[in-house]
Amino acid sequence: MQALSLVEVEGLAAAYEGPRVLEDVSFTLRAGERIAVLGPNGGGKSTLFRVLLGLLPPAAGAVRVEGRCGFVPQTERSRLDYPVTALDVALMGTLTRVPWWRPLGRSERAGGRRALERVGLGGFEQRSFGALSGGQRQRVLVARALVQEAPVLLLDEPFIGVDRPSEELLERLISELAGEGRGILISTHDIDQARACDRVLCLNRRQVAFGPAASTLTKAVLEATYGEAIVALDAQAAILPAHHH
Amino acid sequence: MHVLLEPWQQGIVQRAFLELALVGILGGALGCWVVFHGFSYSAESLAHTMLPGLVVAALLGLPLVAGAAAGLAGGAVAIALAAQVPGVGRDASVAIVTTTLFGLGVLLALSPSSPPGLSGLLFGDPLGVTRGDVVLTAAIAAGSLGALATLHRVLLVVGFDRVNATAFGARPAFADAALLVLVAATLLVGVQALGNLLVLAVVIGPAATARLLVRRMAPMMALAAGIAIAGAVAGLYLSYYANTAAGASVAAALVASFLLALLACRIRDARPAPSAARPS
Repeated sequence: MQALSLVEVEGLAAAYEGPRVLEDVSFTLRAGERIAVLGPNGGGKSTLFRVLLGLLPPAAGAVRVEGRCGFVPQTERSRLDYPVTALDVALMGTLTRVPWWRPLGRSERAGGRRALERVGLGGFEQRSFGALSGGQRQRVLVARALVQEAPVLLLDEPFIGVDRPSEELLERLISELAGEGRGILISTHDIDQARACDRVLCLNRRQVAFGPAASTLTKAVLEATYGEAIVALDAQAAILPAHHH
Repeated sequence: MHVLLEPWQQGIVQRAFLELALVGILGGALGCWVVFHGFSYSAESLAHTMLPGLVVAALLGLPLVAGAAAGLAGGAVAIALAAQVPGVGRDASVAIVTTTLFGLGVLLALSPSSPPGLSGLLFGDPLGVTRGDVVLTAAIAAGSLGALATLHRVLLVVGFDRVNATAFGARPAFADAALLVLVAATLLVGVQALGNLLVLAVVIGPAATARLLVRRMAPMMALAAGIAIAGAVAGLYLSYYANTAAGASVAAALVASFLLALLACRIRDARPAPSAARPS
């Protein structure tokens, strides 16, 4: 039985004001599936997410998204001096489904608390967001995406600046969420992270490859994805230049 | 006790306090958003964009509040639009609009047919407010506070992560325009009591003070409103007994509260941990 497809992209091209920054992208995301979007910085990962979120109209091709996309942006974008608690941030996820003028009710607040518990931050509701560790902040942003109650989740480099316990918790949570029938896209430039997913989509300003992680991540595909950036590659691991943020 | 109660037996002091308290509640609550959205400079500039509206109203014999409203609305829209032009930052767009409008106001004010007395609008006179002024201020404050409560979630999302706000259903341009309109409303009702140049003290001062003391938006807004009311009381006493200008006294009290809070925070943060050796 073929699982329900949540995202269908066919021949997508995208551009900001100027030349195309992404071309020839075609893939489907099925319910319960995790796809790693692999590529170098500037390779088009964030651009693809902007199109899927409806923030950037496609320059060509067709995009169909079933329902909404929940979104976990890179944590470094959020302000640390902002006067919000962990629960305040999680509840920001309600804005995509509860009209902006309507005050939040008890059930929404309970939903925010449940989302924080799910990312292992029960009891942290009233903590200042800026006072949390990098890994805890990332988990709060994942809780916000859970509050969005979307069938599709987009995670933009979710493991950058995240401590080891948070990383393990997030990996476990992501496979649980997929198990519940959500479709999950994870952008990363870490090949080991990509191997842990069901399928990989390799982007380097155009689609290099798309398929099951094990058979797709060949030396040729990785070289085409990263160009000269690959320093060494063997059967077990690829070593990429460290990305500093 | 008599010394404390005496000023309040006068109707003009009661009305001045009511006016300043209402402007303070609105300015304090709104000011927290102004401070965190980096709108302090925009707010100050908006105050100056009132000038041509005020002058034109005076020339045409219209109520000054109508002229101020027109000038502020025009200024707010022009700044919001100019900020959307690619390559023109928010700072530059504000500077362009403000200098243009302020220059226009000065040109009109200096024309031979202009009535005298416009300079009085620069520093305000809380002791000169009428019953009608207080009623108008109460109505606008109530409406603006209602708008702030309604917009709370949108403003919070935009201020937290402006770049990604749209992905969470909040448009930064909408939040900016709404904030500027509310700032304009506050300036409109505050200009009578505090004047074109001092009205900003009630928007920035209490919010900047409250920011030092609490870590969450809603309590910060409440505290800022309280600080503004306390500043009004302190300023009116100062004015009554030291015979100083009332508007300037209130502004001075608000600045003093900020400096006190800053000093208190510095002392708290500088206090060595119990185990650390105390320098002699």
